[in-house]
Amino acid sequence: MSNSKSVITQSMRDAIGVESDPVINEIEKGAIVKFAQAIGDTNPIYNNEEIARNTKYGGLIAPPTFLRSMKVGAPKAEFKNPYTANVDGGSEWEYFEPIRPGDLISVTTYIADIHERNGRLGNMLITVRETKYTNQFDKIVALQRTTGIAYDPPSK
Amino acid sequence: MANQTYFEDIEEGSEVPTLRKDPTTQQLVKYAGASGDYYQIHYDKAYALNNGLPDVILHGALKNAFLGQLMTDFIGLDGTLKKLNVQYRAMDVPGTPVFAKGVVKKKYIEKDENILECDIWLETHDGKTTTPGSAVVSLPNKP
Repeated sequence: MSNSKSVITQSMRDAIGVESDPVINEIEKGAIVKFAQAIGDTNPIYNNEEIARNTKYGGLIAPPTFLRSMKVGAPKAEFKNPYTANVDGGSEWEYFEPIRPGDLISVTTYIADIHERNGRLGNMLITVRETKYTNQFDKIVALQRTTGIAYDPPSK
Repeated sequence: MANQTYFEDIEEGSEVPTLRKDPTTQQLVKYAGASGDYYQIHYDKAYALNNGLPDVILHGALKNAFLGQLMTDFIGLDGTLKKLNVQYRAMDVPGTPVFAKGVVKKKYIEKDENILECDIWLETHDGKTTTPGSAVVSLPNKP
């Protein structure tokens, strides 16, 4: 790290690995339809029950990134982020089971890593988070690894 | 939806059919509502400018959704999306088209599954890649 002053604190290090309390999300058919409309995806598997019934899924499912709309529990280990502006750095998804209307999806998340990098937005605090989505049959539906980038907004 | 793609139809180097999207500020508002991501940089221009951004920008997750659709359109109703990775390297703004593209890098059979590994990316109208990524899918055999 060329930057001599690190913004990483002990409370950040302590927050790594601490899992949030699970939050149960009930999957509503209307929410799936609305999400598919919002992303502009007209695939009938998301909105046409009759077509969906004759697929291998046997009914409607949610688009792969629908899980972005799930509610997640607040972090149990708090820390102060010195930067107030945030951008999304990326996502890695692994899918195991389809998401269906009526499912009860339990979401837990934890911070896997925190580090710093200098870039276009100045010094950036990078938080890597792993989120697990489990359905009511205790099957893991998806695992997600996301990268969040926090930075100091330019003075106005 | 295109017709079903089969494993036998694809070779390493095959292109994933390009998906054009025309995101608008209205779509960003719709996506904010549908996803619950109400961060103002996606619909409040003054707020975005104050955060050092060039304009309101597309939600990374919306670009993720475009690349998800690229793959689910490609694999059809009988294919399965197993992995989807995206990196938001540059920002995209509404009002200009974006193009989701992909190419098959590897084709193999693993545990009786017909696997394809693909490089995927989102490109601006002037050919700049803003969002590189990768995907792993499985396809059915030709009946």
